[in-house]
Amino acid sequence: MGTVWFCLVAIMIAMYVLLDGFDIGAGAIHLLVAKTDEERRQVLASIGPVWDGNEVWLLAAGGTLYFAFPELYASGFSGFYLPLIIVLWLLILRGTSIEFRNHIKSAVWAPLWDFAFCGSSLLLAVFFGAALGNVVRGVPLDATGYFFEPLWTNFRLGEQTGILDWYTILVGVLALAALVMHGGLWVRLKTTGKTGERAMQLADWAWWVVAGLTALVTAVTFRVQPQVGENFRTWPWGMVFPLLAAGGLVAVRIFLAKRNERNMFLASVAYLTGMLTSVVFGMYPMVLPARNPAFSLTVGGAQAGAYGLKVGLIWWTIGMILAAGYFTHVYRSFAGKVSVDKDSHGY
Amino acid sequence: MGHALDVDRLQFAFTVTFHYIFPQLTMGLALLILYLKTKAVRTGDEHYNRAARFWARIFGINFAIGVVTGIPMEFQFGTNWAEFSKAAGGVIGQTLAMEGVFSFFMESSFLGLFLFGEKKLGKMGHWWAAFMVWLGSWLSGYLIVATDAWMQYPVGYRLGANGEIQLASFWGLVLNKWAIWQYMHTMLGAVQTGCFVMTAVGAFYLLTHRDEVYGKTFVKAGVLVGVIASCLQLFPTGDIQGRLIAQNQPVTLAAMEGLFESERGAPIAILGQPDVADRKLDNPLIAPNMLSFLTYRQWSAEVRGLADFPQDLWPDKIEMLYYSYHIMVGLGTIFIAVMMIAALLLWRKKLFEARWMLWLLMLCVPLPYIANTAGWMTAELGRQPWLIYGLMRTAAGASPRVAAGNAWFTLIGFMGMYTVLSILWLFLVWREIELGPEPGKLRGEEAALLAAD
Repeated sequence: MGTVWFCLVAIMIAMYVLLDGFDIGAGAIHLLVAKTDEERRQVLASIGPVWDGNEVWLLAAGGTLYFAFPELYASGFSGFYLPLIIVLWLLILRGTSIEFRNHIKSAVWAPLWDFAFCGSSLLLAVFFGAALGNVVRGVPLDATGYFFEPLWTNFRLGEQTGILDWYTILVGVLALAALVMHGGLWVRLKTTGKTGERAMQLADWAWWVVAGLTALVTAVTFRVQPQVGENFRTWPWGMVFPLLAAGGLVAVRIFLAKRNERNMFLASVAYLTGMLTSVVFGMYPMVLPARNPAFSLTVGGAQAGAYGLKVGLIWWTIGMILAAGYFTHVYRSFAGKVSVDKDSHGY
Repeated sequence: MGHALDVDRLQFAFTVTFHYIFPQLTMGLALLILYLKTKAVRTGDEHYNRAARFWARIFGINFAIGVVTGIPMEFQFGTNWAEFSKAAGGVIGQTLAMEGVFSFFMESSFLGLFLFGEKKLGKMGHWWAAFMVWLGSWLSGYLIVATDAWMQYPVGYRLGANGEIQLASFWGLVLNKWAIWQYMHTMLGAVQTGCFVMTAVGAFYLLTHRDEVYGKTFVKAGVLVGVIASCLQLFPTGDIQGRLIAQNQPVTLAAMEGLFESERGAPIAILGQPDVADRKLDNPLIAPNMLSFLTYRQWSAEVRGLADFPQDLWPDKIEMLYYSYHIMVGLGTIFIAVMMIAALLLWRKKLFEARWMLWLLMLCVPLPYIANTAGWMTAELGRQPWLIYGLMRTAAGASPRVAAGNAWFTLIGFMGMYTVLSILWLFLVWREIELGPEPGKLRGEEAALLAAD
């Protein structure tokens, strides 16, 4: 049962990365691809009706993690205290920027929020990447089952690690590059004119960074976290996940050349899915590895009571079917390229 | 744990109090917007649609701040209250996760359609979107109140081998009787905030002789719904909540009422200042035998005072608890009086000309916010010294590794951000009120000036 929830939480986090990933990516490139007020409103309109729903995946995944693995929630969230609260501040800033920008037409109001939107999105991408890096690298958990990481120590992978070290920064930069590509392809898909052109150009450049860093990070990860290599040796079928990532990445290149907007975004989805599932596969059965492997939190050790997990499966399934329905409906009614000449009520 | 505990408590109290300014309005407004949309569908009058659009804009601003300040609440269970999360996550994580899975997905999807899709959806489609936004926000309210209710009155659990609290009955948790009454009491409070805000804006338009057609609609809707909500707030929901506390948290009741000694035919203190060190109430203004009657429906029943309980079971902030409770009840009583008089004037068709009453309704606008906050403070301070009543003490729930200095860092950060958000909020909402329900329309002096040209 613990393994089932491990997979379900992983799916929810993956959904978060795929969906909120494109609007965070769109934010990170906002100032670069959109120069005029109209172009900036195009970028915002391309995520306007969906970004909030996308972010709900983070909350829903957090809640699910909470009840399925209470010990992991307690240990991980208190240990990553500072970066998590900083992420919350960035999410506040970002949400406010998106929602308030178009309330007032003024040469001092809109650019301020554009800058806040871009900056917070950019930093979020790096922080989320670094967070993933921390989980893969392992944290200084001890016998009490707790740890506390400062933002940085000496940037090395020793016993007393910080949130930021050379490895997690590397993963953070990869995450930023990947979301710039993902967001750029989304903006290309949803907008017309110069904005779309610039977004695709940027995604094209980002692709090379993503490809290079993916190779580098993958190679390094096998050294940083030995469990990953072990899992792929024990269960070779798991190679489908990295192959999906590689295939997706190659497909992005191919569809970029063909200028097939829909498929290049979908290929980017495949790449991100492959990357995340590879990590999850490589970590199992650990949910939070410790620098000292004896203290790692595992699926079995961190899971909640059996009854709660069983009953959760019932309502979770119902809830997800409903959510899938809403999302299909919202994305359908919002299909096609955006236009910015409507007022806020669709008139 | 040391003194980090105090900062953890302060941070949660600060962030949740600030957060709740927004949901109490949006949950209340969701109902009132649905009322306006229903009127629009039934009468076919475009006036109601424009009125609904105006409130949807104010709703949107408040909802956005509610969302961004709400996310930190879920995370803080883990960041600052790790021991609590580790022990009880298997139970309260259920309701918190359900809130995300059932209500947040619903709200976020339909809010987009409600705010941006009026033309596309058509008349009935847009009514449905408004309905789903109402349903989603009220469902969210239930699941979060159920979480708190479980901490007040834990049911449906059993203790595991390592002392962790495991879920034993899903329906026990979800249909906790405490949750049901607390929910109704909370939602009525939210509806009153919505009503007072809508009434105040209406009164403002009437007093300043602008958009008077809308002013009348707003005042009427706010007063009609408000008079019902304010009465139900006292009876039965407030009354039953009080009796649940008397039965299950008797020491909390004694502290709320400022009752230090047990008494037969206990009086209720309307005013007075508790002196906890000397165990007495200074300058008491009391109604004899009322507390016994309200609690047990007998004029001479015995009510247990604080002295009857060991001091380590007393709530640790008795003065704040006492005042929160008295402010809540006092304001609740004022709301009933104000709404009753307004409803009477409305019935006699005199309200829109009774400028003194419009002034009063306009100036009442901060009061429901204060009452709702005081109500929550009563509930949460009254739960002390327990985090989960009878099961886990607050001191045992905090994160062991988060130092006071780190907690201060984040608390100060939240204070700064929320100060900026408050200013933006007041500015943007004021601007919408100033623009009015027909933003394009020229009015008063401007129109006259233009005509003169």
